[in-house]
Amino acid sequence: MANSLMASGIVAQRLNAEELASNFSDLHPAYAPHEAAVAADRCYFCYDAPCTTACPTDIDIPMFIREIQTGNPEAAARTILEQNILGGMCARVCPTETLCEEVCVRETSEGKPVEIGRLQRFATDTLMAAGVHPFERAALTGKRVAVVGAGPAGLACAHRLAMLGHEVVIHEAKPKAGGLNNFGIAAYKSTDNFADREIEWLLQIGGITIETGKALGPDLSLDHLTSGFDAVFLSIGLAGVNALRLQGEDMKGMRDAVDFIEELRSSSDLSTLPVGRNVVVIGGGMTAVDAAVQSKLLGAENVTIAYRRGRDAMPASGFEQDLAAAKGVKLMFNVMPVALKGDGAVSAVELEYTSVIDGKVTGTGETIELPADQVFKAIGQTLRGAPDGLSLDGGKITVNEVGRTSKDMVWAGGDCASGGDDLTVTAVAEGRDAAMDIHAQLTS
Amino acid sequence: MADLTSDFLGIKSPNPFWLASAPPTDKEYNVRRAFEAGWGGVVWKTLGAEGPPVVNVNGPRYGAIYGADRRLLGLNNIELITDRPLETNLEEMARVKADYPDRALIASIMVPCDEASWKAILPRVAETNADGIELNFGCPHGMSERGMGAAVGQVPEYIEMVTRWCKQYYDRPVIVKLTPNITDVRYPARAAKNGGADAVSLINTISSITSVNLDSFSPEPSIDGKGSHGGYCGPAVKPIAMNMVAEIARDAETHGLPISGIGGITTWRDAAEFMALGAGNVQVCTAAMTYGFRIVQEMISGLSQWMDEKGYTSIDDFVGMAVPNVTDWQYLNLNYVAKAKIDQDACIKCGRCYAACEDTSHQAIWMKEGRVFEVNDAECVACNLCVEVCPVEGCISMEPMEIGQTDPRTGRVVVEEYANWTSHPNNPMSRAAE
Repeated sequence: MANSLMASGIVAQRLNAEELASNFSDLHPAYAPHEAAVAADRCYFCYDAPCTTACPTDIDIPMFIREIQTGNPEAAARTILEQNILGGMCARVCPTETLCEEVCVRETSEGKPVEIGRLQRFATDTLMAAGVHPFERAALTGKRVAVVGAGPAGLACAHRLAMLGHEVVIHEAKPKAGGLNNFGIAAYKSTDNFADREIEWLLQIGGITIETGKALGPDLSLDHLTSGFDAVFLSIGLAGVNALRLQGEDMKGMRDAVDFIEELRSSSDLSTLPVGRNVVVIGGGMTAVDAAVQSKLLGAENVTIAYRRGRDAMPASGFEQDLAAAKGVKLMFNVMPVALKGDGAVSAVELEYTSVIDGKVTGTGETIELPADQVFKAIGQTLRGAPDGLSLDGGKITVNEVGRTSKDMVWAGGDCASGGDDLTVTAVAEGRDAAMDIHAQLTS
Repeated sequence: MADLTSDFLGIKSPNPFWLASAPPTDKEYNVRRAFEAGWGGVVWKTLGAEGPPVVNVNGPRYGAIYGADRRLLGLNNIELITDRPLETNLEEMARVKADYPDRALIASIMVPCDEASWKAILPRVAETNADGIELNFGCPHGMSERGMGAAVGQVPEYIEMVTRWCKQYYDRPVIVKLTPNITDVRYPARAAKNGGADAVSLINTISSITSVNLDSFSPEPSIDGKGSHGGYCGPAVKPIAMNMVAEIARDAETHGLPISGIGGITTWRDAAEFMALGAGNVQVCTAAMTYGFRIVQEMISGLSQWMDEKGYTSIDDFVGMAVPNVTDWQYLNLNYVAKAKIDQDACIKCGRCYAACEDTSHQAIWMKEGRVFEVNDAECVACNLCVEVCPVEGCISMEPMEIGQTDPRTGRVVVEEYANWTSHPNNPMSRAAE
């Protein structure tokens, strides 16, 4: 028997299976071939195209769209994958509205960009559906590289190294590979187990071994890796979560948004997943939006995102904000949490209105109390478990433009490394570029 | 509202839009629907000689090429003339003409190239009370292999001969439909005129293969793995057709010979352009086959709106207006100097003008910081390629230089005097005035 939307507390089965299936279906459904042809026809094949410049992996976007347009999505997929081996996932999760599509000349001229993300998905899905892995390994070099973390950066680095003829062992702390692709992305952006399927497809290159349940620590030290392998690439992500630093943060109902998203992505039956009736999400990034929207889709009655700055400063894109609003999430700006109410379990959040003076958030003194039986914290992640002896920069492992750390023969990329946005596509670019540099070092 | 009434060779129709002889006019049923939809006239699907009718293939008859969003740009066909008995067609024509006396009904005819065949069919056609006949000397496929259609249209002497027979045995207007599958359309047009034709109509379809199947290596449309060239029509052929119409309209020998314009006419604007080039009326086929008969309503409303805006009260007011402006290259004014100008407010910074100019033209466009594209007048020859490839209409224009300005490319001052190649010092045949 399903609970109603109005059941108080954190309960499962607010919606029936049919409603849940509909709510968590593909956010951007795949193109049918004719839709793809029509969408591709809109590309102007710009000179020195702004979209390509905006893409962290430098995909030749006009070229792949032209390949789709001329009826050759497989070639289009190769054009994409040569630059970005996780082009399938990036097609789904990239905030294209702030990257390639934002600078599309069609966006500037008519407010409607070429739908690059969906076209990329059409190409990569077509190739993957054909079961084709379009790359072959070069002659084996006999060199072995250790990668730590099987997220987007680690996978991209490993694939490129394997392609260049090296042996790669990926050490992954979780029981399965994928990193945030598998655990940190809203379910409606990666349906039908896509992350796992993509990894399986990627591993067809050969030469990559993934060892799960292996985290950096006493049993797996960086010294151990550097002595056992010719090079090491660290892509350990940001495992720590920032705290609100308020009384009552350990009350029942208080939770890190990333944990909730991970549980949701790992769940095989969403109807068993409990969610609050009144949910408040603290934060303003993609994680906040993913947690808020998915709470709503699970059947929470009231979901509010509370962000301490104004709309313009919100890290989540306009598209993400609109998505949240369209799903019924309330967006509150210029409010910060100042107190958590409740007795054992959280029952309300007290927010104080803010103003931003000289870039600094300051309380105005006026407060508002929101009922809350579940509060998600999404105020940023931090580096945790980085090996000693590496230079850090702003809480991240210091790397140069090709991913070299302060330690010889150790590279790093993805969210754990300095520089670049914390995006899947940026992680792929960093993994790929580090692999090229590792290759150059190992073969020089 | 402008009066669209058309009087072509004394044949009246409520508007100048006729359906060309083709599949849409093959039967009473279709033609009645066309007249109900508002078409001013039809040229009935080509009649053949008495006896067993021709047969068509039992596989695909059409092939096509497409633009964006599968918009049909060009169509070809391998269909022959009517495959229904002559008697059936004649009966239907008579009935339709009786029911629609205000519409034009023309019989298209293609019979063997001998006098007896023409002498036999013409009285039969006259009995239907059709307003005139059109001699199909144009179809490039199938019938041409039997010495008819384009096979006749490619030999001016035959055109003149058959036209003469028709004028001898038929007392209503005779229109000669010309094939574009020739080197110079003026010769067949002159032959038609010399034979006494009241008008020419053009173009018929162009010999073509629309595509090749890269699995079976058969041309399309494919009949059991083989293909035969078809007749090409539709929007893609319009420029070719308009040039041929203009050539006839401005030729000293055929100037003034009435023309029925045909070839890719899809909108009122296409029709107006053909008419400006000297066509007294127009015939449409592919557009109707693509979108159905209702498109004539857009053609009627569009042409009237434009005529109202221009103050034209009758179609005769603008027929042929562009003919005096069609000239030979040698008479173009070489002292006219223009430069491309990019409207920076309209520019969307796609850079296509730059790629086109830098790779394939005169390196006359700068790409500056921030994707700002500017014309370098010192290199610009005003070729117009940037205008053509720019996706934004009106963004790049060709601005004539003022008299007295110096062209930075040549260092010459722009002068008002007209001067063309015939008197140019570089011309070895120069006929410069002494």
